[in-house]
Amino acid sequence: MSLEAAGFWGLALVLLASSLAVVLSKNLFHSVLYLAVALVATAGVFLLLQAEFLAAVQVLLYAGGVVTIVVFAIVVTERLVGERLAQTNRGVFTGGLVSLVVLVILVLSLWRADLPRTAPPPPADLTQAIGRDLLTRFVLPFELLAVLFLAGLLGALFFARKEE
Amino acid sequence: MGLQPYLILAACLFTIGLFGVLTRRNAIGILLGIELMLNAVNVNLVAFARFTGETAGLIFTLFTISITVAEVALGLAIVILIFRVRRTVEADQLHLLKG
Repeated sequence: MSLEAAGFWGLALVLLASSLAVVLSKNLFHSVLYLAVALVATAGVFLLLQAEFLAAVQVLLYAGGVVTIVVFAIVVTERLVGERLAQTNRGVFTGGLVSLVVLVILVLSLWRADLPRTAPPPPADLTQAIGRDLLTRFVLPFELLAVLFLAGLLGALFFARKEE
Repeated sequence: MGLQPYLILAACLFTIGLFGVLTRRNAIGILLGIELMLNAVNVNLVAFARFTGETAGLIFTLFTISITVAEVALGLAIVILIFRVRRTVEADQLHLLKG
């Protein structure tokens, strides 16, 4: 078994186990910690796919940013009412059935599809290529993203304002 | 390693996230499920970018990651706001808009 395959199966195992723990854990705080594990494992998958820059972005933004924000929200919403962090799932049977059907459809179509088996050799400097394309081919979406963030910032300020 | 194992892994992650969104009662738990689904999409995009030798997939991933972070921040702001008004984050009890 090649190194890439070994790494892939190890990461896939960690990813699937931690993702299942995110949706099944009874303690919301544990869910968030398992989400952090899943996100870091995803960064590992990005490394396997030769996307080092995206792995760094994933760890910084997701595992650093999102997890911190979610922990903050949990502390604010749960501790104030003095409840336990326990949470339950509802409609497990229906939800499981719907998810299973979606999974079967996806996997069946992927199984039949004619997909490439070998990857082309990676370009010399992928990060450089990303930077160049971001400011040439994709400059309009890039600027639109800035506008979206401005709107998000204004929305957050609106939510955080004092009630008159 | 071909493209297929990566796509199947992403499909599994996506359905796990879907299960979380459908079954969680807590609004924050639902957001965590959405995170998992978006993460699965990122795996797909990066895998396709690697196997087609095209940088577009990587840049799309960059966009989805940043949009997701903004979405989580605003979603949690809404959750905290709802909590301030209604004193609960249980999605079942938030039926203000129900006719």
